[in-house]
Amino acid sequence: MSSAAVQIKPVPSAEAADALLTVNNIEVIYDHVILVLKGVSLHVPLGGIVALLGANGAGKSTTLKAISNLLRAERGEVTKGSVTFEGQRIDGKTPDELVQKGVIQVMEGRHCFEHLTVEENLLTGAYTRKDGRQAIAADLELIYEYFPRLRERRTSQAGYTSGGEQQMCAIGRAMMSRPKIVLLDEPSMGLAPQLVEQIFEIVKLLNEKEGVSFLLAEQNTNVALRYANYGYILENGRVVMDGEAEALRNNEDVKEFYLGLSATGRKSYRDVKQYRRRKRWLG
Amino acid sequence: MFFSWPFFFEVLIGGLLAGVMYSLVALGFVLIFKASGVFNFAQGAMVLFAALTLVGFINMGMPTAVAILITMAVMVALAYSIERVVLRPLVNQPPIILFMATIGITFFIDGFGQTLWGSDVYVLDIGIPTTPLFFGDILVNSFDLVAAAVAGLLVVVLAIFFQKTRVGRALRAVADDHQAAMSVGIPLRVIWVIVWSVAGLVALVAGIMWGSKLGVQFSLVLIALKALPVLILGGFTSIPGAIIGGLMIGAGEKLAEVFIGPFLAGAIEDWFAYMLALVVLLFRPQGLFGEKIIERV
Repeated sequence: MSSAAVQIKPVPSAEAADALLTVNNIEVIYDHVILVLKGVSLHVPLGGIVALLGANGAGKSTTLKAISNLLRAERGEVTKGSVTFEGQRIDGKTPDELVQKGVIQVMEGRHCFEHLTVEENLLTGAYTRKDGRQAIAADLELIYEYFPRLRERRTSQAGYTSGGEQQMCAIGRAMMSRPKIVLLDEPSMGLAPQLVEQIFEIVKLLNEKEGVSFLLAEQNTNVALRYANYGYILENGRVVMDGEAEALRNNEDVKEFYLGLSATGRKSYRDVKQYRRRKRWLG
Repeated sequence: MFFSWPFFFEVLIGGLLAGVMYSLVALGFVLIFKASGVFNFAQGAMVLFAALTLVGFINMGMPTAVAILITMAVMVALAYSIERVVLRPLVNQPPIILFMATIGITFFIDGFGQTLWGSDVYVLDIGIPTTPLFFGDILVNSFDLVAAAVAGLLVVVLAIFFQKTRVGRALRAVADDHQAAMSVGIPLRVIWVIVWSVAGLVALVAGIMWGSKLGVQFSLVLIALKALPVLILGGFTSIPGAIIGGLMIGAGEKLAEVFIGPFLAGAIEDWFAYMLALVVLLFRPQGLFGEKIIERV
C-alpha cells in the first residue's frame, strides 16, 4: 500500500538539521487493537510554526498526544518509531517530565479548570517550575499583556468565561510553564472567525517575541496555512503530503480538498471520490 | 410540656458538639472527593484502621506522642499503597469504577486492620479531659469542646492548604479535570498520594476523637454512614460545608429527638439526618455549599 511510499519520502534536509522536535515514523495503537497512526514522521524546526492538517479522525490529535504522552491515559500506545526533542529521545517520558523539558500540550476543547479562577488556571501552568515566586509573578504579568482580556476576567471562575476566553486561558496556562514548544490542538474549534484570527495573531506574536515553537493541529486549513511556516497533511493515520505553507496553499489538491477552491469548477461527488482515491494511492 | 430555654440550649449545644464529630469524618470524604471526584467509601474503614493502629502502638508500650507519629507514617504508607495497587491501574476510568474500587479497599482495610490488631474493643485514652462543665445552667462536656477546637483547627489548616498553596491549587485542578491537569505537568500519582495521605491523617484525627469517646471498635466504621447526610447537606466539595453540615445534622437530630420525638414515638435521631439529606437533595442537589455544576450551552 501507500505506506511504503510515505516512509521512504526523503526528509527535507534543511529541517532535519535544526529540528527542535522530530517525530520519526511512529505507529499508535489504541486499546491494543485499533491502529490509528501508521507511520507518521514530522519535524518542527526551532522557532517554527508547523501545522498538522487533515479531516476528522485523520490522526492529528493522536499525533500530538503521542508527543506529549497524554496518550497512555487514553489507553493508547506508541508501538513503533521514536520522538526526539532537542536531540534526545522523549518517547516514554511522563507528561510532567515533558512539561519540565519544555514540551506542553494545549488540549482540544481547551479543558480549563472550571472551578478555578482564570488566574489560578494560569498559575497551575507553573506547577512544574522551580525558579521561584517572583519569576512566576513576572510571567503572569507577561501573559496578561498578551491576553489583556484575561486580566479583566482574572477573578472569574474559568467555567463561566466565554469560549474565546477559555482558549486564551488554556494557551496562557501552557505559556506559564515557559515551554519551548506548544502542541496546540484545534485552537479554532467552536470560535467565531474573528476570534480565531485573534487567537492566531497572538500565537504568531508569542512565536516571534518569546521564541516559542508551535505544532498545531487544525481542521481550519485556511487559517492554519496563513500563520504556519510549514504544513503536513494527514489522512487515515499517514502523512500524505507536506511542504512550505505557501506551497501547500497553492497546491491544486489542497485547494480542492481542504480549502474548497477549485480551478475547474464544481465536480460531482462521485468524481471527487475517485480522484481522491487515486491520489492517495500514488501517495 | 417540659420546654425551657436553658434545656433547649443545652440540647442545642450538645447537638452542635456531637455534629462536630460527624464533621471530622465527613472532612475525609470531602478531601478525596474534592481532589479526585471519587467518593471514597473506605473513609470509615480508614478511621477504624487509624484508631486501631494507634491503640495497637500505645498498647505496645509506646508514649502516646510517638505512637501518633508512627500511626501518621502508617497512614501515609497506606495512601501510597492504595495509589500504587488500586488507583494507578485504574487511571482515567469512570468515577463509578473508582468508587467500586474503594468498596474493595474498605473490605480489605477492615479485615487487614482486625487481623493485625485483633477485633476486641479497646480503650483509647490520650488524655483528653472529660469533665462536665457548667456555663450558667447549661451542661457541656469538656471533651466535646476539645473536639470542636480540633475540628476548627483542622478546617482552617485545610482551607489554607487548598486555597493558598501550590499543591492545594493543583489538587483542585486535578479534581476539575484529570487530563488537563496532566497536560500542564501536574503529576497525578504524586497528587493521589498526597490526597489520600491527608485523608488518612484526617481519618486519624477522627479515629482519635471517636475512639476516645466510644472506644475503638468495629462499629466506628458505621459512623461513616452518619457522615453521608452531612456531606449531602454541606456539599461534597466544600470543607466549610462539611463542618456546617455536621453542625446542622448534629443539632437537628438532637433537637428533633428531644422536642419532636415524643410525638412520633421517639427514635427520630436514627433517621432524621437521612430525611434532612433527602429534602436537600430535592431542592439543592449540590448541597448548601458545594460547587455549582457548571453547565454551558
